[in-house]
Amino acid sequence: MSAYEIIQTGTAAGLPVPATPRNVPNRGGPANPSAESLKAEFGSAVTRVEVVCGETNVYIEPTRAGEIVKWLHDDAGQSYEYLVDVTAVEHRDRDQPLEVVWHLRSLKFRRFLRLKALLPKGKPLSVPSVWPVYKGADWLERECYDMFGITFEGHPDLRRILLWEQYAEGFPLRKDFPLRGRFSRAEQLRQALSANPEARYSMEELSIADAFEELPLDMRARIRGGEATGE
Amino acid sequence: MGLTAKPQPNVVSVDPTGGEGWITTRLDFLVNWGRSNSLWPMPFGTACCAIEFMASAASKFDLARFGMERMGFSPRQADVLICAGRVPFKLAPVLRRIWQQMPQPKWAISMGACASTGGMFDTYAMTQGIDTIIPIDVYVPGCPPRPEALIYGIMMLQKKIMKEQMSNNSLRDEFEADPTSQLYIPVSRIDELSEPFGNSVQQTRSGM
Repeated sequence: MSAYEIIQTGTAAGLPVPATPRNVPNRGGPANPSAESLKAEFGSAVTRVEVVCGETNVYIEPTRAGEIVKWLHDDAGQSYEYLVDVTAVEHRDRDQPLEVVWHLRSLKFRRFLRLKALLPKGKPLSVPSVWPVYKGADWLERECYDMFGITFEGHPDLRRILLWEQYAEGFPLRKDFPLRGRFSRAEQLRQALSANPEARYSMEELSIADAFEELPLDMRARIRGGEATGE
Repeated sequence: MGLTAKPQPNVVSVDPTGGEGWITTRLDFLVNWGRSNSLWPMPFGTACCAIEFMASAASKFDLARFGMERMGFSPRQADVLICAGRVPFKLAPVLRRIWQQMPQPKWAISMGACASTGGMFDTYAMTQGIDTIIPIDVYVPGCPPRPEALIYGIMMLQKKIMKEQMSNNSLRDEFEADPTSQLYIPVSRIDELSEPFGNSVQQTRSGM
């Protein structure tokens, strides 16, 4: 039995041929039917539904994001197989909460759904990880953590992905982060140059487990010792 | 007795009574002629400048006319490092290590505004000029520089090589990076080199 399931989409699934939508209003219009199903299934966990430029935004309780995404993925009537993006938004207005945004796409029903969870300022920024549902969320959530400092509960390996791991200046896409960073240029360069670019070799990341015996002796010893120094 | 002028560095003298003898200057000329006309580049392309660099190496502009026949993607068989494009801080130790792996004699060209000064990327992530990481011989301005500009920079480097002297070996000294900070120029000079200029002064505020 194959581990993969072939998804019948579009006309193969009995859906009509889609037409390019014309004259889509900025606000309002027909919402994605999944929004109604979400309201029926999760009740008060769905706080608001809005339609912007023909796309549906569903605001949800941050604490329940994990189970809502799992239901959207698993339920036969929703079938959101594809996680397009996980990202976050911080607005210029200081009092407005941070938004964590999930973009979901259903290939089967040709639907697009945007989930948003609001994280108020002044509290720990934390949402459940959707990694148990979509393995592709791994690096997306790491990037989101790297740039905004949002903790994804349940992520298997939540560490910086773009910046080096000892980066101490904060989270660059937050509005209170100065464009040039917090340290002087000389200090930034000093920290960057003292980082070891070969640090963090791990079997999984480099897929070298098979070729382990062919590695140089010192690298073998380092990996065996579980070394992750430097960076 | 104190009246004889010290031989100027970087000046080829053929005066047999001067500091440099006829044999050494002729040998200098021969060695420099050979070196300057068989520069093997080590391309370090990180951004759009690398596209122009590839165009320079391709048939229309043809860097091979200047002796750059062989693009070496190994620093150990290269003479001139051409850094084409911006270098973020995360790449700084990589660039430093590649430079250290190149054998002497070696030269470096900083190609484009970003490599030379940080360019428009006056941000938390970008080195403000790669001369804070490695010593640079020729800076090529442009965003990105056209192949003609790069070739002009290479010809300037060739002229510079022609003026080297065997008796003055200081050009070939490896720089000593400070072992604790890994910096090779003083902190104050790095901050001075990284001073913002132009409109980017207005971007310091964070709004909060």
